[in-house]
Amino acid sequence: MTATAPPPSATPEAPPEPPTTALRAGPAFVVHFDAFSGPLDLLLHLLREEQLEIADIPIARIADQFLQAIGVLGLNQAADYLDMASRLVRLKAQMLLPRGSEEDGWEDPRAELVRRLLEYQQIREIALWMGKAAERRAEQFARGYLPPPPELPPPPLTLELIDLLQAVERVIAAVPSPVLHRVVARPLDVETATRRIEQLLEEREEVGWLEALGPRPTIVDVLSTLLALLELAKRGTVRLAQPTPFSPMVIVRDAARSAA
Amino acid sequence: MTPLAQLLEAALFGAGRPLTAEELGTLDAEATLADVRVALEQIREHYDFEQHGVELVELAGGYQILTRPIHAAAIERAQFSVRTPKLTAAALETLAVIAYRQPVGRAEIEEIRGVSAGGVLRSLQERGLIEVVGRSEALGRPLLYGTAATFLELLGLRDLADLPRAEELTIALQPHRPSVDESEDAAAYVEAES
Repeated sequence: MTATAPPPSATPEAPPEPPTTALRAGPAFVVHFDAFSGPLDLLLHLLREEQLEIADIPIARIADQFLQAIGVLGLNQAADYLDMASRLVRLKAQMLLPRGSEEDGWEDPRAELVRRLLEYQQIREIALWMGKAAERRAEQFARGYLPPPPELPPPPLTLELIDLLQAVERVIAAVPSPVLHRVVARPLDVETATRRIEQLLEEREEVGWLEALGPRPTIVDVLSTLLALLELAKRGTVRLAQPTPFSPMVIVRDAARSAA
Repeated sequence: MTPLAQLLEAALFGAGRPLTAEELGTLDAEATLADVRVALEQIREHYDFEQHGVELVELAGGYQILTRPIHAAAIERAQFSVRTPKLTAAALETLAVIAYRQPVGRAEIEEIRGVSAGGVLRSLQERGLIEVVGRSEALGRPLLYGTAATFLELLGLRDLADLPRAEELTIALQPHRPSVDESEDAAAYVEAES
């Protein structure tokens, strides 16, 4: 059975069997091998085949066999199997590390895997039991198939006008009020700033940045002054200098140019 | 058979699904639950004693008239009915985890089975074998699953207690059996959510 193309000979009386759940699970990758229901199942199978104790797994051997098995079965691209493969390889490496005695608090790196395998084995046992129960039940037929009863339509709505109005109010209250931003134009007054700087420079050769800003400058004043200065520097009326890093700017009258 | 037993037999024949003793009790306002149980026992004995081809089976918390297993092969050969297809190993394992650990989230199921479970869960849900019973408090508030009544019907169990108990398994298991209160809480929780 393939997950992709139902047989073209499928007739309406015999609809194509839907793909199994395992096949539908992965949108991109399709595993055609359903003898094992997962990496833990394959691992248990390998252990059984070798008649090995779960509690004392020879990791190196089983890791190699697992890698070989998923290679042969073409499962070496399935994420779940790859995940287990990488865990086993890591465990194999951990087992090679020198270990202290048990009293030193050495923890068997296999403990987690052993716990999972035992837990999974229990689930397998229950699944087996459940499978047999379902088979026994399938031996008995009930009367012909009946579809599950349709859900009853909701009873007709009875409500008072006041209830309806209250409901409307609740709905309206739940609607968030629109957030409105008022955008206020705050024009930069570059001209006034330019005049202020020019006045200052008429009196003195050199003006500090803080002086140029004027008393109690607003953010608009700062921006206006900066633009004015840049404009003046571009025109060549002033030179801008900064004696040391992060120190306030110094504005110097460009004598040569203004004289020209 | 008493008139009540006849009435119950007719109802069970007509219903096509297991009916609980309480449901059967609504057929006759005079009949007590004890009367219903006596009548059901009478039907069962009648089928057994007269060696009918059908029997009265107790399952999924109710009663249903089913054909006897001995006739299954012949009925199927004649294509008068078909056996329910077997569940896949993946479906059975997933159901096993859910049956013993419910309410249980997808992550725990995947952890135990070592494979992703999304597809299996979806198809089990579509078949009505499992249902969402709540949401976990864990990160992402994942859905929690539990078995549905159809699960018991499919396995022919009366209730979840019919599943093998931990001490009956080869390997000891600590099943998490939800009490009735817990599942009710979960249901209430879902309602509160919506």
